[in-house]
Amino acid sequence: MTIRIDAEKCTGCGSCEPVCPFGVIEVVDDVAQVKDGCNLCGACVEACSFDAIAIETVEQEVAEGHRGVWVFAEQRSGKLKTVSHELVSEGRKLADKLGTELSAVCIGHNVAGVEQLISSGADKVFLVDDPSLADHHEDLYTSVLTDLILKHKPEILLAGATAMGRSFIPRVAAILQTGLTADCTGLDIDPESKLLLQTRPTFGGNVMATIVCQARRPQMATVRPHVFKMGQPDQQRRGEMIKVNFNGESVTSRTKLLDFVEDLTEKVKIDEAEIIVSGGRGLGSPENFQIVRELAEVLGAALGSSRPPVDDGWIPYSHQVGQTGKTVCPKLYIACGVSGAVQHLAGMQTADCIVAINDDQNAPIFEVATYGIVGDLFKVVPILTARLKNSRGQA
Amino acid sequence: MNIIVCIKQVPGTTEIKIDPETNTLVREGVESIINPFDAFALEEGVRLRERCGGKVTAVSMGPPQAEAALREAISLGADGAILLCDRAFAGSDTWATSYVLSRAVAKMADYDVVICGRQTLDGDTGQVGPELAEMLKIPFVAYVSKVDDVGDGHMRVQRMVEEGHEVIEIPLPAVITVVKEINVPRLPSLRGSMKAKTAQIPVWTGEDIGSEPDKSGIAGSPTRVVKVFFPKRTTKSEMIQGTPEQQAEQLAAKLEGVV
Ligand SMILES: Cc1cc2nc3c(=O)[nH]c(=O)nc-3n(C[C@H](O)[C@H](O)[C@H](O)COP(=O)(O)OP(=O)(O)OC[C@H]3O[C@@H](n4cnc5c(N)ncnc54)[C@H](O)[C@@H]3O)c2cc1C
Ligand SMILES: Nc1ncnc2c1ncn2[C@@H]1O[C@H](COP(=O)(O)O)[C@@H](O)[C@H]1O
Repeated sequence: MTIRIDAEKCTGCGSCEPVCPFGVIEVVDDVAQVKDGCNLCGACVEACSFDAIAIETVEQEVAEGHRGVWVFAEQRSGKLKTVSHELVSEGRKLADKLGTELSAVCIGHNVAGVEQLISSGADKVFLVDDPSLADHHEDLYTSVLTDLILKHKPEILLAGATAMGRSFIPRVAAILQTGLTADCTGLDIDPESKLLLQTRPTFGGNVMATIVCQARRPQMATVRPHVFKMGQPDQQRRGEMIKVNFNGESVTSRTKLLDFVEDLTEKVKIDEAEIIVSGGRGLGSPENFQIVRELAEVLGAALGSSRPPVDDGWIPYSHQVGQTGKTVCPKLYIACGVSGAVQHLAGMQTADCIVAINDDQNAPIFEVATYGIVGDLFKVVPILTARLKNSRGQA
Repeated sequence: MNIIVCIKQVPGTTEIKIDPETNTLVREGVESIINPFDAFALEEGVRLRERCGGKVTAVSMGPPQAEAALREAISLGADGAILLCDRAFAGSDTWATSYVLSRAVAKMADYDVVICGRQTLDGDTGQVGPELAEMLKIPFVAYVSKVDDVGDGHMRVQRMVEEGHEVIEIPLPAVITVVKEINVPRLPSLRGSMKAKTAQIPVWTGEDIGSEPDKSGIAGSPTRVVKVFFPKRTTKSEMIQGTPEQQAEQLAAKLEGVV
C-alpha cells in the first residue's frame, strides 16, 4: 500500500494539512507532500476536493477456508478468568454477525466450570487437560494453541490482554505469520468486507485506531479485560465439549517454572478489580494513604495510585495506573488528589464511572469525571467512608 | 556475555496535546526520546555486562534520526550500536518490525540475551519482544522484574504476573522483556557522552540483513490501520456542590446506584 499525490490535480490548497492526525502531510511549493510517519489512514483522501490523493492497495489474496470465531479461555490455578467469559459473550455477537460458530479453547488441568463457557455462548469447547498444563508453561501453550489453529482454521481468535495473553499470543501470531492487534477496546465486523474491525487506543489513549488484518488468518486480537460485559449465562444452552489429547512427548518447555510467589499484600488485584480507589500526590504523605485505603476497604475496591506516590516510595509500583503503569477499566474509579495528567488518564479513562475529588477546580481530572467534587479530600473522603460503612452495615 | 538491547525512538508524549480547533495532535515542540521502557532494558543490559563481562549492543529500526537515540544509548553505557534503516522498513507493524529485528539479530550471530522493553509509548503493543523470540526460535520470558542469577548457559529471572511473580529458569540464548521495577537507569556518564559523540554507528539496510522485501515495511505487515479518530468525551461531568458533609452524602447516594 502506498499513498500517491497527483501533482497535476493538487492545487496546493492545504485542506489536507490540518486533518492529518500525524501531521505528516505538508504543502511545499504548492504541492502536498507526505513525510515519513504516514500510516495510510486516509483522512487526507477524504479532505481533498480535487481527487489528488489516492491510497493504492495491492489486493492480497485472502487465506482460504477459515471459518469460525475462537476465544482463548484463560485460567489460573484451575479457575477461569472473568475475561474468558467476557470474550465468549462478545465472541458470540461477532459469530452471529458472521453466521458462524463460536468455540472456546481452554488449556489447563482440572479447570473448574468449563461447561460455563457453553452457557456463556460457546458452541464448542476444546478442552486440553493435562497435569503438565496446570501452570502457565508458555512454550507448551504456544504449541498446543498453534496446532489447534492449524488444524481447525478459525477466522478470528480473541484472547485476554492479560500478562499471559500479551506474552504468548504474539508468539502464536509470529508462527502463523498473521496480524495481531494488542489490547483492543472495541470489536466489530465490517458489514461489507466481513473483516474484524479492531479498535484500540494509541498514543496513551489520546488517539483511537481501528485496525484490520486483510489477508492473513486468523485475525487475532488481545482484548482488554472489563471492556466487554459478561452476558447472562443461559444454563439451557447446549454445546459440544471436545477433549483434545495432549501429547507431552512432542513438546517440552524450555523454560522452567521454579516458583510462584503470590502477592498477598493486596486483597483485591487492580487489574481485574471492578472498583478502584486511587490516591495521588494530593495525599501529601505516605501515612495519608490510609484515608484512601479505608475507603477502598469499605467498597471492596483495589488501591491505585498516580506516579508521584510510587516514585516517592509511598506505595509499590504494582499500584501505578497510567501510561507507564497499569491500564485499568473498572466499573468505578475514584481519584483522590490526582490532577489527571494525560499519562494518568491514559490508564483509566475508559472506566464506566469516574469520580474525582480534588481541591483545584481546574484540574483536568474533572474533564473525564462522571461526578466531580471540588473540595478537600481530607474532609470529604473520611465522611464518605463513614457514610458508606453505615449504609453497608459495616459500622 | 553478549547482550543485545532493542530500543525505539518515540515522541516524548508528555507534550502531545490535541488541538481543539482542528482535532489533531499537536506535534510542535515534541522532542524524541528513547522509549522509557527501553531505558530499563538498556540499564539491565549494562548491569549484566558489569556482572558477567562481555558487551552491550543497542539496535534500533527507524528513520535516520533514530541515530540520536542510539548515541544516547552509548552515553548510557552501551558499547556499540546499529541502526536498521531502509525505506523498505517504513510502515512496519509489529510482525514486520520483529522480522527485521530478527534478521539483524541473526546476523549479529554471537549473542546470549536480547532485551526489549515491555512496550513502546507510541506503538504500545508489547508484541515485538515475543514475536522476535519466536522468529529467532529461542526461549522467551515477558515482564521480567529481576534477574536473580546468571549461570553457565542459563538465567534465573522473576516475572511479574497479575497475582504475584513467578521464578523462571531460562536457557540462553533467550529474549526477555523488562518492566520498570527492574532497575533505576543511571544518568549518562562523562566518558559515555564523549564516546557517544565520536562512535561509529553502522547502518544496516534490508540488503545487509538479507530481509525479504515482502516481509518488511507496509508490504510485510499483516495489519493495517483503516481509521484514526479521537475519543469523544461523552461524559458530562456532574459537579457535586455543598459543604464536605453534603458532598459526601450526595456522592454516597450516587455510588449506591453504580455499585
Ligand atoms: C513519560 C511519562 C510517563 C508517565 N507515566 C505516568 C503514569 O503511568 N501514571 C501517572 O499517574 N503519571 C505518569 N506520569 C506523570 C504525570 O505526568 C503526572 O506528573 C502525574 O500523573 C501527576 O500525579 P498526581 O496527579 O498525583 O500529582 P499532581 O499533578 O501534583 O496533582 C495533585 C493534585 O492533588 C490536588 N490536591 C492537593 N491537595 C489536595 C487536598 N487536600 N484535597 C484534594 N485535592 C488535593 C491538587 O490540586 C492536584 O490537582 C508520566 C510522566 C511522563 C513524562
Ligand atoms: N523499531 C524498533 N527498533 C528496535 N526495537 C524495537 C522497535 N520497536 C519495538 N522495539 C522493541 O520492542 C519492545 C516492544 O515494542 P512494542 O511492541 O512496539 O510495544 C520495545 O520496548 C523495544 O524494546
